[in-house]
Amino acid sequence: MNQKYLIPLTTVFLLFLIAYTGVQGAGLQVFFGIVFPYLAVIAFLGGFVYKVFGWASSAVPFRIPTTCGQQKSLPWIKQNCIDNPDTPGKVFLRMLLEIFLFRSLFRNTKAAFNRNESNKLAYSWEIFLWLGALAFHYSLLVVILRHLRFFTAPVPACLTWLEYFDGIIQLGLPGIFISGIVLLAATLFLLARRIFDTKVSYISQAADYFPLFLIIAIATSGIFMRYFTKVDVIGIKTFTMGLVTFSPVIPQGVGGLFYAHIFMVSVLFIYFPLSKLMHMGGVMLSPTRNMANNTRAKRHVNPWNYDVKTHTYEEYEDHFRDKMIEAGLPVDKKE
Amino acid sequence: MSKELTPDEALDKINFTPKSGNWMDTTPSVQIKPGMYCYAAKADSVKTLGLPNARPWNPLEEDWKLPENWQEILHQGIKERLEKFRTFKIFMDVCVRCGACADKCHFFLGTGDPKNMPVLRAELLRSVYRNDFTTAGKILSKIPGGSRLGGGRPLTMEVLKELWYYFFQCTECRRCSVFCPYGIDTAEITIMARELFNLVGLNIDWIATPVSNCFKTGNHLGIQPHAFKDMLDFFVEDIEEITGVDCTPEYQKKGADILFITPSGDVFADPGTYTCQGYLMLFKYLKDKYGLDVTWSTYASEGGNFGFFTSHETMKRLNAKMYAEAKRLGVKWILGGECGHMWRVIHQYMDTMNGPADFLEVPVNPITGTVFENARSTKMVHITEFTADLIKHNKLELDKSRNSNRVITYHDSCNTSRGMGLLDEPRYVINNVCDNFYEMPSNTIREQTFCCGSGSGLNAGENMELRMAGALPRANAVKYVHEKFGVNTLGTVCAIDRAALSTLCEYWVPEVEVYGIHELVGNALILPGEIKRTQDLRMEPLPGMEEE
Ligand code: SF4
Ligand code: SF4
Repeated sequence: MNQKYLIPLTTVFLLFLIAYTGVQGAGLQVFFGIVFPYLAVIAFLGGFVYKVFGWASSAVPFRIPTTCGQQKSLPWIKQNCIDNPDTPGKVFLRMLLEIFLFRSLFRNTKAAFNRNESNKLAYSWEIFLWLGALAFHYSLLVVILRHLRFFTAPVPACLTWLEYFDGIIQLGLPGIFISGIVLLAATLFLLARRIFDTKVSYISQAADYFPLFLIIAIATSGIFMRYFTKVDVIGIKTFTMGLVTFSPVIPQGVGGLFYAHIFMVSVLFIYFPLSKLMHMGGVMLSPTRNMANNTRAKRHVNPWNYDVKTHTYEEYEDHFRDKMIEAGLPVDKKE
Repeated sequence: MSKELTPDEALDKINFTPKSGNWMDTTPSVQIKPGMYCYAAKADSVKTLGLPNARPWNPLEEDWKLPENWQEILHQGIKERLEKFRTFKIFMDVCVRCGACADKCHFFLGTGDPKNMPVLRAELLRSVYRNDFTTAGKILSKIPGGSRLGGGRPLTMEVLKELWYYFFQCTECRRCSVFCPYGIDTAEITIMARELFNLVGLNIDWIATPVSNCFKTGNHLGIQPHAFKDMLDFFVEDIEEITGVDCTPEYQKKGADILFITPSGDVFADPGTYTCQGYLMLFKYLKDKYGLDVTWSTYASEGGNFGFFTSHETMKRLNAKMYAEAKRLGVKWILGGECGHMWRVIHQYMDTMNGPADFLEVPVNPITGTVFENARSTKMVHITEFTADLIKHNKLELDKSRNSNRVITYHDSCNTSRGMGLLDEPRYVINNVCDNFYEMPSNTIREQTFCCGSGSGLNAGENMELRMAGALPRANAVKYVHEKFGVNTLGTVCAIDRAALSTLCEYWVPEVEVYGIHELVGNALILPGEIKRTQDLRMEPLPGMEEE
């Protein structure tokens, strides 16, 4: 079997068990509910800031955007303002589309080669990765926003609306939230792709499976609590409000499943800045996307530019003077 | 030298389904294969440039004769570059291995080798970075088997050989970067990797020797000043025979309006030489009609810059000549010929490295009055921008019918499309000098263009199998338009392309010939006082003149 995904799978399973038994068996509510989440949030914030500052402290010596359309040149040639921006405003637009709509991923194609008499390489539009990624990120965002209701009192109106729209398909009691289902489905799709697409599976590391399994476990435990075990929401709200107001309390009658959920979320928080999940910050700083393609129009300064040894014209002429004179080429010094 | 593969044998090898398992297990079995790698740099060339560890060595031999502390040098080198280049640091950190870039690389499409997937190429180095530079990697490396779990590995000799082999199978074309949701540019990672190799003396000769020639003699081919002039004289004679007009250029002329710089490939290698004749004719035309004074220089006689494939520093050392010569001659601005990587260097690096060019004027086309706003600071204009402007203002007399036997398609070169965005200017020129223009399929042109397979200094002779494999996606699209529209001409604005695409066509689509855009301009341009033309610049009969 493939240890690239077996190890992360086992790890996530163990994480769940640790918290569940830790609470159910050993009564470690305070650790899993209070101490660890606080530590996780500190690690997340600290790690995130550290990482972003680390990137920002590296120099940007050259302005090297990847240009994906017509440059701005002669006035009568139509520039591609989004994919080849030359002003900060246009760069902003490119970045918005990149960050919120994954524009580059939208271009994705799939190559196929047919060994027959025409031997054609064919490229077809491949939209599923884009769809899957978009579904995953947006449903995750909605789920996170929805959870803010546990950390705010009174709950802001916009959250109530969000919940209203998220639960618009009224099915059963409590009503179904679309975001949770989509999140789970999209994560499973991304996982399936990683396992069954041979190219992606070949490049995948344990570090790619781990967050997927972790999110699947978090989403599943959440869904379980909401629809099946029907946890005590009032008790949980008392608990979460305690956390944000820095006067934590352990509620009565909330079981191990909830602590396992919180614990896995905390692990995800700690894991985040140490991992590829930092692409969330990286996408905004990526110099091939966030710079204007106007290097010829406006000089870019390299903070560490230094002088180099060159071969000067004088050295060149000294070397070739006779040959140049003989060939009738102009020279600065006749001998 | 390996036995050369036939196109059919090459096609038989293609398979896009990698084996299962962990690629890290395959490192020990990587073998540097003849036909797929370039020869080691000659000690002399490395010495001329004053780069480290000049010595004879052979990639196929066990011992690469590295300095004792090579690991430390490379570790230090990576560390320094992480601080100096935000690109490098971010690209090492944020790849999510989504695989969007995987089948975008021409080398993967042509070889099916999974390590030619851009993401995996980058992972080869990223795995070392994870092990040595990240918090997670450092923690994990303390537990047995931990490094591997985190996708890290120490930099061993085996790993170094794998890195070397595969970073010299990337042409720095940036196609992968177009598709990556974070803009991760494997070309940039390759640039870093090659800088690192140079720190321990692991360059290839096809790069190091042109660089050392260029440094000393002024151009990659090491053409000395008198020989350079001889070549142009030879073109002048040919043009005179064809048109009856003497197009003798100026050299190193102080106070000329414009300094013209083009890759030396145009002066020395067919079919670039015909493009060069096109330039000479254009300048003659502008001189006679409008009094424009253009000068060439034997000192700055190289537009190309293989230093770019060596290190940022070497790139700067070679590039410095352009501004130095423009300053010495006191020209107003610089005009650049048709070339790919030359233009990436000029467009994205030159001003930063060797500017500010405050001794030059903001480029204005004196004939049309157009101010080249997009070159306001760097003060260097691309010749197709210049020619397109002239045509737009009706300043050139052109006879399209002289190109009517050319059914043309256009290859965007990687650097001008993805490192600049020069897409419609050459198309405009083509459409004004020829009638039969057909585009290749949209996934293979403009920003999605496929590399010729020989860029970034990989256009050597000994790695022909690699080059022809990398050329396949481009050739496949050419073949498609050849069969569909009868295309017989592949136009390009790149000197390396002119040589590399010719080899590509000979191998994959022998019915198609490669043309520079200014060769087509030269054919169509009606020179003042010319005789009745019966031949094109290749001295083939013009359409309608075949029987005379
Ligand atoms: S497209 Fe970008 S993020 Fe995805 S695998 Fe390639 S380099 Fe990594
Ligand atoms: S830059 Fe070009 S050659 Fe290099 S990995 Fe990317 S697609 Fe392949």
